[in-house]
Amino acid sequence: MDELSLYVLDITMNSVRAGADEIEITLREDGEWLDFSVQDNGCGMTEEQVKKLGNPFFTTRKTRKVGLGIPFLTMLAEMTGGYVKIHSVHESVSEDHGTKTEARFGKNHIDFIPLGDMIETVKTLIQGSPEVNFTYTHETEQGKVELSCAALREILGEDISLAEPDILGWIGAYLSEQYEEMEKASE
Amino acid sequence: MKSLEELMAIKAKMQDKVSVRTSSGDIRVVVGMATCGIAAGARPVLNAFVEGVSEAGLTDKVQVTQTGCIGICQYEPVVEVYEKDKEKVTYVKMTAEKAKEVVEKHIKGGNIVTEYTIGASQI
Repeated sequence: MDELSLYVLDITMNSVRAGADEIEITLREDGEWLDFSVQDNGCGMTEEQVKKLGNPFFTTRKTRKVGLGIPFLTMLAEMTGGYVKIHSVHESVSEDHGTKTEARFGKNHIDFIPLGDMIETVKTLIQGSPEVNFTYTHETEQGKVELSCAALREILGEDISLAEPDILGWIGAYLSEQYEEMEKASE
Repeated sequence: MKSLEELMAIKAKMQDKVSVRTSSGDIRVVVGMATCGIAAGARPVLNAFVEGVSEAGLTDKVQVTQTGCIGICQYEPVVEVYEKDKEKVTYVKMTAEKAKEVVEKHIKGGNIVTEYTIGASQI
């Protein structure tokens, strides 16, 4: 994968599959670091499962025997001097369950790959899981890009799916205008 | 700035449509979006289907959805087309360009693009 935004998509898919209905994606950047975190209220993982995450031969899926999402992400982060941290509470342990994945990347490192198209990642997630309340925040020194699916749903009501092409189109344009504003501010 | 008023306008337009819509999903296009799919380029493929179906005005008839890993990672991006009373068609090693072609020929025209199917790729 040659864009970080694809890793964000991949990691967030784990939250979707964990049955989360609230997923918060946050990106923060300064001159040196890019940090992203994905926090969900899904079923969570046991301590045992979290321990095995770095092992590519651990997966809960049944269609293939290797799970490369977290190992890929960890390798990429560590190559740039960053890290991946995972904190998870399994539903058997607490009502307040879910998983938070945090990743840090050194932006000036030669192995850093560009962030790529986060708008496409956000749209893809909403298209696949329009019932989930995604919250997206991307903060840089120049400004902030934000989207809240819960807020959109309040306007649209429950009958209109966020996966409707017209709505997805609006979301894409809404985000890209915020990114343009942010770019202007940096000039 | 894209305003919330604009979103309200889309809502009003869609509410009319929703009331008219009777059945959705005569055809179901399913794109594999697990790590294997994403790494192989499934995001632009999915996007091409969503846009292509919308541009063709077929959103009432065609549903584009996502799925996880279906177990043939070496053929990703994999797209399955389900149509009522017909056999499932599996397209493999898809790209956004091929997706547009499938929308045009198969989804719209009813002709399977055999050269992109898993059958053609295994021979």
